[in-house]
Parts: sequence; structure tokens; C-alpha cells
Amino acid sequence: MRHKLLDIARRVLILLVVVWTVVSLVTILIELVPGDPATAILGDQATPEQLAQFRQKHGLDRPAFFFSYSEDESGQRALRWNGADNRYVDYWRAILRGDMGRSFRTDRPVLELVLSRYGATIELAIAALLVAVAIAVPLGVMAGTNHGKWLDNVLSVVALVGISLPSFVVGPLLIYIFAVWLGWLDPSGRFGWSSIILPALTLGSALSALLTRMVRSSVIEELGEDYVRTARAKGLSERTVVYKHVLKNGLIPVVTILGLQLGVLLAGAIITEKIFNWPGLGLLLVDDGINKRDYRLVQGCVLVISVTYIFANTLTDMVYRWLDPRIRVS
Amino acid sequence: MNRLAIFGLAFIALLVLVALFAPLIATHDVGATNLLARYLPPSSEHWLGTDATGRDIFSRVVYGARISLRVGVVVVAVSAVVGTVVGALAGFYGGWIDRIVSGYVFNVFLAFPGLLLAIAMVAFLGAGLNKLILALCIIGWVGYARVMRAQVLKVREYDFVQAARALGARDWRILFVHILPNAVQPLIVQASLGMAGAVLAEASLSFLGLGVPPPAPSWGVMLDDARDLATLVRAPHAMLAPGLAIALTVLAFNFLGDGLREYLDPRQRRR
Repeated sequence: MRHKLLDIARRVLILLVVVWTVVSLVTILIELVPGDPATAILGDQATPEQLAQFRQKHGLDRPAFFFSYSEDESGQRALRWNGADNRYVDYWRAILRGDMGRSFRTDRPVLELVLSRYGATIELAIAALLVAVAIAVPLGVMAGTNHGKWLDNVLSVVALVGISLPSFVVGPLLIYIFAVWLGWLDPSGRFGWSSIILPALTLGSALSALLTRMVRSSVIEELGEDYVRTARAKGLSERTVVYKHVLKNGLIPVVTILGLQLGVLLAGAIITEKIFNWPGLGLLLVDDGINKRDYRLVQGCVLVISVTYIFANTLTDMVYRWLDPRIRVS
Repeated sequence: MNRLAIFGLAFIALLVLVALFAPLIATHDVGATNLLARYLPPSSEHWLGTDATGRDIFSRVVYGARISLRVGVVVVAVSAVVGTVVGALAGFYGGWIDRIVSGYVFNVFLAFPGLLLAIAMVAFLGAGLNKLILALCIIGWVGYARVMRAQVLKVREYDFVQAARALGARDWRILFVHILPNAVQPLIVQASLGMAGAVLAEASLSFLGLGVPPPAPSWGVMLDDARDLATLVRAPHAMLAPGLAIALTVLAFNFLGDGLREYLDPRQRRR
């Protein structure tokens, strides 16, 4: 029990350190912007007063970090201590205050913008996960139970092809087939329930290929275990053996992959959302954040996507340990 | 080696030749637009047809191989060298170096989606080929460092390493002459899969408008150009050609990587 608590404490500590690093990274990255963010946003036509006002409002006139190595009025470079009155601390305050700063473009709290899109992204990621499982489990079982036969070989190649097909190839292809050619579905946007089908297929296709391989090797491995022989000896049908016994044990590693992949899906959703104009975090990041140089919004989107990803991974890890007691010992 | 790996190797060889001799192979100027020849289907004049501004798709796909391979080779080379050095030092010396590298750096990088980090960096640095390469190297080296650290930890316990130590060899000699040559095998697999990853990442970022800026003939840019509805309706081949190029390239490197892994690790061969 004590061991278990220690383990959880260690995990939480790693989680905190990672989140701290991500926030720091996101805060520091904004310093890499070439030139002046104020000019980038207000344009060359802006008067010096407008620029100064903008900088002051968003804290861009303040020092970037606790110390700086910059020129003073006389042109001397020196290491200077700025104290806690800096942008790094400002951003932490904005996060802890809960608004994550104000968007450079729209002046609304970043958190509000992010939350308005969060649901759509999660919806897409979960739909993609379901699509992937629905495709992968039957195909993986089929390949695994026919280990070494032609069906297995064909499915393995198909899976490898599926992994190699990027979403920005699959997406337009699906749009062409189902929207342009057959005319069954909308090419983009988020209107009725049917508009999630193509984005979910696109985002889930690579994962389903990966999962098929996982389920296959899991099934092959489990089929060699003693309990399978026992089950067969009891006279159970092969169907029951595979679906009730083998799959139950074989799915444990698959669950881990699923959780880890939920994070990958969140990141991958950026591209899928762009293809289908799906109004999620990814589209917010690319269209409203990066393309309009709303750096505060970019910070917020990157932060929320990363933190969601990190939490999904940690949660998966814990579920995995709980599912399979053998791992707890090692 | 299995047949798929040989297919991969052959395709990669072909791709390298195409990239090297692109000016001889391309039939048209990659940037030349021709509004009288928009959306043309494949023909003897335009082997893969033309896109929305009348550019020759075949020539653009050919030149696109240069961008993809250049990004792939530079990213893999830089990441592999940096990763090998860091991983080897961490594995060999252990102590505080190892605690920082494997305890902190690995955990942080693994906890973070690579593509998102690349997108974030390019978002702040601005788009461009070199910045994209830099971003991919920064996220790429960690994978090599992990593989290398694990390998060095294993190899440094072998008898011949102990023997070299007993003979009084210096640390750097033990590391570079005795350990590294015996530890690089998995790195070759990692490099092959890394090429696939880098090609894919370049195309992804360019597709999002964050990589190579248009009108450069990057496959990702071509796909982005071809995916609007007007082009999709009138010229679906404008999307298929670069899409197929990306898919086949990634597939070839994945096949090769899988084949190499099997070849280098006899335990896997039986499966």
C-alpha cells in the first residue's frame, strides 16, 4: 500500500514538473517572435502612441524574465536583475487567475475562446477513437486467428499502408468520394450529426491501422497460453474462446495504446480540423491564432492541448496499472 | 530481408535519383502558371495534368522529392548525432547527467505531442524551411538519445569493455571505439523510421501553411492547394499525385525500418 502511494506521488510529481515545463516553454517561445508583436498586430500604419498603448495593455513593455542581458540607454550590455515584475510571472498569474490573458486581436479572455472550442475537439477525438476500435478489433482478431495465412498477410500490409497514409491525404480523398462524387455527406463544417463522420474516419484511420496490428499480435500471443488450451479442452467453441477469453486479456495492452493515442489524436486533430473546417481547438490555433498572429491565443491553445494530452497519458498509465496487476510489481 | 523492405529500399533509391536529377526529369518549369491550361487531366503534354493555376503537376511532384528528402536527411542526421552523443554520455557516465537526461528530458519530451511542439515553435519563429528543420531537430533527437542510452547501458557491461578498461583505455576510447560501434544497430532502424516521420512532419506543417511557403513545390503545399472544393471537383488528380507521393515515401521508409528491425533482431524473425 505504501509502495502504491509512493508510486502515485512520484507520478504526480512528474506530472507537475512536466506541466511547469510546458508553461515555461510556452511563455518563453513568445520571445522568439521575430520583430515586434505590437507592429505585427496593429500593422505599419499604427502610430507610436497606439503601439505603446498596445504594449502596455498586454504587458509587452515589461521585461521578459527575472533577469535580462540587454543594452541600456548608454548602449552598455549588462546582466540585469528585473525581479518578479516580469512577463514570465505575468503569464503564470494570468493562468492561475484563470483567464490565460487576453487575446491580442479580440481582447476577450483566452480561456473563454478556448473553452468555446474545446468540446468540438474532444467530440472529434472520441469519435475517431470509436471508429478506430470498431475497425481494428474485428480485423485484428481476424488476422490473429488466421496467423500466417494469406488473410493475415493481406491485413498486415493493409495496416501498414493505413499507418503510412497521413490524414491530409485521407481527408481530401474522403471528401472527394463522399461529398463530391457520391454527394452523401457535407464536405466541411459542423452541422448535423452526419458531419462528424468524415472527420472521425480521417482522424481515426491511422489509429485503426496501428490498433489492428496491436490486436493481432496480442491475440497471437494469448492464443499460445495455457488457459486457451484449457478452454478448448472444456469443449468451448472457438468463437467463445476467442471473444470471451483471449480478447479480454489481449485487450489490456491495447487499452494503453488507446489512452496514449487519445493524446496523439488531440494533436492530430489540428490537421483534421483544418481539412474539414471543424470548429475545434486546432482550427482556433491555426486560423485565429497563428495566421492572425494572435500570440496570446497561440499560447493558450498550445497549453490547453498539451495539458489535456499529459493528463490523458497519466490517466491511461494509472488505468493500465490497475487493469494488469503484473505491472504493479515490476 | 523481406520483400516489403526490398520494395522500400528500391523506392527510396528511385526517389533519391529523382531528387538528384530533378531538372532533367521535370518536363515543365515548376513555377510557371498558365491560366489557359488550368485543371487539365493527364495527357502526353502534362503527364499528371495541371493544377488550379495551370502548373504542371508531374514536374512539381518531382521537385517536391527534393524538399522532402532534404528535410528528412538533415533532420535525421542532426537528430541522430545529437541524440547519440547525449544518449551515450548519459548511459556511459550515469550520475547527474543521466538523472537530468533520462529523469527530466525524456519525461518532458515524451509527455508532449511532438507535432504540437513543432507547430508551436514555427508559429512563433515564423514559417520557413530552415525554421521547420530546426523545430523537427529539437523534437527529433530525444528518440535517438533514448535508444542510444539503453544500448550503451547494455554494451558497457560486456566482457570486452571490461577488458579494455582493465588494459587502461581512456573513457573516450572505450566509448567511441568499443561501445558505440556495437551499439549503433537499433539506431539504423530508428533513422529509417525517423525519415518517415520527418517527411510526414514536413508535409503536415507545409500543409498547414507553417512549413515551406508556397509556391514552393512541397508535397504538403500541393495538397493544401488541391483540397479546395473547386479544384477537388474539376481536378481530383491534383490531390492524388502529391498524396500518393507522400504515402509511398512514408510507406517505403516504414517498410525498410520494419525490415531492418527484423533483420537485425533475429528473435523477431520467427514471428
